[in-house]
Amino acid sequence: MLSLKTKRSILAVAAGVSAVALALTGCSSGGGTGTGASATSKQTISFLIDNSDANVKLAKGLIADYAKIAPKVTVKLETRPAGSDGDNLIKTRLSTGTMNDVFFYNSGSLFQALAPEKNLVDLTNQPFVANTDPGFKTVVTSNNKVYGAPAGTAMGGAILYNKKVYADLGLTVPKTWDDFIANSQKIKAAGKIPIIQTYKDTWTSQLFVLGDFANVTAAEPNWAKDYTANKAKYATDPIAAAGFNHLEQVHSLGLLNKDFGSATFDQGLKMLATGQGVQYPMLTFAVSTIIANYPDNAKDIGVFAIPGTDASKNILTTWEPAAVYIPKTTKHLAAAEGFVNFIASTKGCDSQTKSSGITGPYLVKGCDLPADVPTYVADMLPYFQAAGGTSPALEFVSPIKGPSLEQITVAVGSGITPAAKGAAQYDNDVKKQAQQLGISGW
Amino acid sequence: MATIPATALAPKRATSADRPPKKRKGIKSPYSMWFYLIPAIIYVVLFIAPTFASFFYSLTRWNLFTAQFIGFGNFVEFFQEQNLTQGLINTGIYAVVTSGLKVVLGMLIGVVLTSQIIARGYLRSVVFFPVLVSTIGVGITFAVLMNPTSGLINKSLALVGIQGPAWLTDPAWALLSVAFVDVWKGVGLATVIYIAGIVSIPVEYFEAAKMDGAGPFKNFTQIILPLARPATVTVIILSLIGGLRSFDLIWAMTRGGPGFTSDVIASVIYKQYQAGFYGLSTAGNVILFLLVTVIVMPLSWFLNRKEVY
Repeated sequence: MLSLKTKRSILAVAAGVSAVALALTGCSSGGGTGTGASATSKQTISFLIDNSDANVKLAKGLIADYAKIAPKVTVKLETRPAGSDGDNLIKTRLSTGTMNDVFFYNSGSLFQALAPEKNLVDLTNQPFVANTDPGFKTVVTSNNKVYGAPAGTAMGGAILYNKKVYADLGLTVPKTWDDFIANSQKIKAAGKIPIIQTYKDTWTSQLFVLGDFANVTAAEPNWAKDYTANKAKYATDPIAAAGFNHLEQVHSLGLLNKDFGSATFDQGLKMLATGQGVQYPMLTFAVSTIIANYPDNAKDIGVFAIPGTDASKNILTTWEPAAVYIPKTTKHLAAAEGFVNFIASTKGCDSQTKSSGITGPYLVKGCDLPADVPTYVADMLPYFQAAGGTSPALEFVSPIKGPSLEQITVAVGSGITPAAKGAAQYDNDVKKQAQQLGISGW
Repeated sequence: MATIPATALAPKRATSADRPPKKRKGIKSPYSMWFYLIPAIIYVVLFIAPTFASFFYSLTRWNLFTAQFIGFGNFVEFFQEQNLTQGLINTGIYAVVTSGLKVVLGMLIGVVLTSQIIARGYLRSVVFFPVLVSTIGVGITFAVLMNPTSGLINKSLALVGIQGPAWLTDPAWALLSVAFVDVWKGVGLATVIYIAGIVSIPVEYFEAAKMDGAGPFKNFTQIILPLARPATVTVIILSLIGGLRSFDLIWAMTRGGPGFTSDVIASVIYKQYQAGFYGLSTAGNVILFLLVTVIVMPLSWFLNRKEVY
């Protein structure tokens, strides 16, 4: 549930009320498949995306460019809250048969929670599927059927760092966790904030745990499978628990900004861009906000994978892009399919690059990156190009992600809950989610 | 009901149709049965049906798409919830602190605002004003004011040399900070109830007390305090129920954080709902319903029983 955007508390309440009201009427959930009207007549389809600046910009660009290719189809944009509130809205709309014709939503474990076979249109035979990265297909597949098309780029869950400060202090990119702590101590001694944390936006607290997963897989290749099968646990496996321990350690060593509890994501980005703070565990998409708001500082921002114990294995934990889906209740299936195919085409990539800049590698065949990519993307590419340089985050290799992780990581990262207890709490959270999903063995 | 054979009822119904008015006791309603039927249907559809539907869904593992019956599994799970104990304690603290402060402050302000002071009417509306403002708006505003480094409250405290706490991010303060804001927002209502209660005390008592040489303090302890008892009962019950199921302010200010330190039952339930554990969340609501009933019914009986004389 590491959603990439801020959450809106006010909408939460409104969404809650409406969801309850809708749920009452939602006993009969959407049945009948859409009857794709002929694409020659004029049609209007609606497209639902979350309300983060980056994605609204992306969607507007796609809609404008699609209007040139398919003038008969008008795409209407609708936004929704991000985070758990958005999850609820999506589930409510699907279960009441009121979902938009095309919607944008996470791939991986969150996609699995939508009951795809029941709610979504099978896109396996669409033209875009042949040109889509096989790794991505697995995260939008349920029972051998593909339900989503990639929208956006792959990203890393890593440490964003200020290269200028690193150069000034003569530091090098750390290869092990101990190096990372040593660097941080030097940064602290130089009077700067070594590690930025922003727990006001709770989702930002999860990176030390989620972004460490490549290190877990490197040491224990079957961990994700065992985890899904109720065999591997965070609390009892010291390698998996490392993420929680790191979170506790950076707090107890006093390496965080003083206002870590009340700082917001945007404030964190500002600290990083201005060099006031030096390292920020974050998803790489965040740099596009720095490019937009602090264009002069953007070239100073670099990326390195969250280091583990083994210096020879330096692997980046990656997040698959989100996807666009079509609900079974659409009345404009043909038009919706046309739009989805456009998004996952080379023309779609061009449109995304035009509106959002280059944020990472695309997962569509033929969408190559130009030579002059932003610094942070250039830092990321070697991981993608090296064999075994990247490893997908747990939510893309297992359908189970506990929904309370962000609160648990805030508690551990603020020194309220000890790491071991936090790991055990998360195991319990995972158990509930697995039971809710009806996964066997729980 | 189902045990009564239909044949037994049939003749009775026929006879009662022949001579309807005689058997009826009390006043015959001037309206026909149809007049009552529509409200009854509305009530059943909008209130009874959802209530029973939620009792049913609390016994299932429900993902909005399908509901699988699991008996009391959700209730067992809910009571094992890691932050439930903390949530229960916090709910108790929150309800008692807000309710207690509203009684004390509401009564003091009520006494002041019923005495002869300048700008009484103006002050009465000022005290009531926060009640009219949206809770979410108040929460967001105070979250800004209470920011530990850039908030107005700590900056003002710094001027007089006090280092204010991190109101909403210090685990020891978060819940109390929200409770204080709740009191700020809710004390106006308590004051109005007290003003009504104090004004309704007959003037003769005060005149008689004056004859006996009672001062303002005696007036307060011997006349206002006992005779404003119905007002106190109303304030306690209203604010206690409000405190027990309070959610919006906490959610707007801390979202139960940092971590789980300011979670109350309602926010634990909401988080379950938000996480997609719809059955579990419904079970939590049933528990909250029972809890509020169990606490408030005897309290209401206890506080009201002395009123009848």
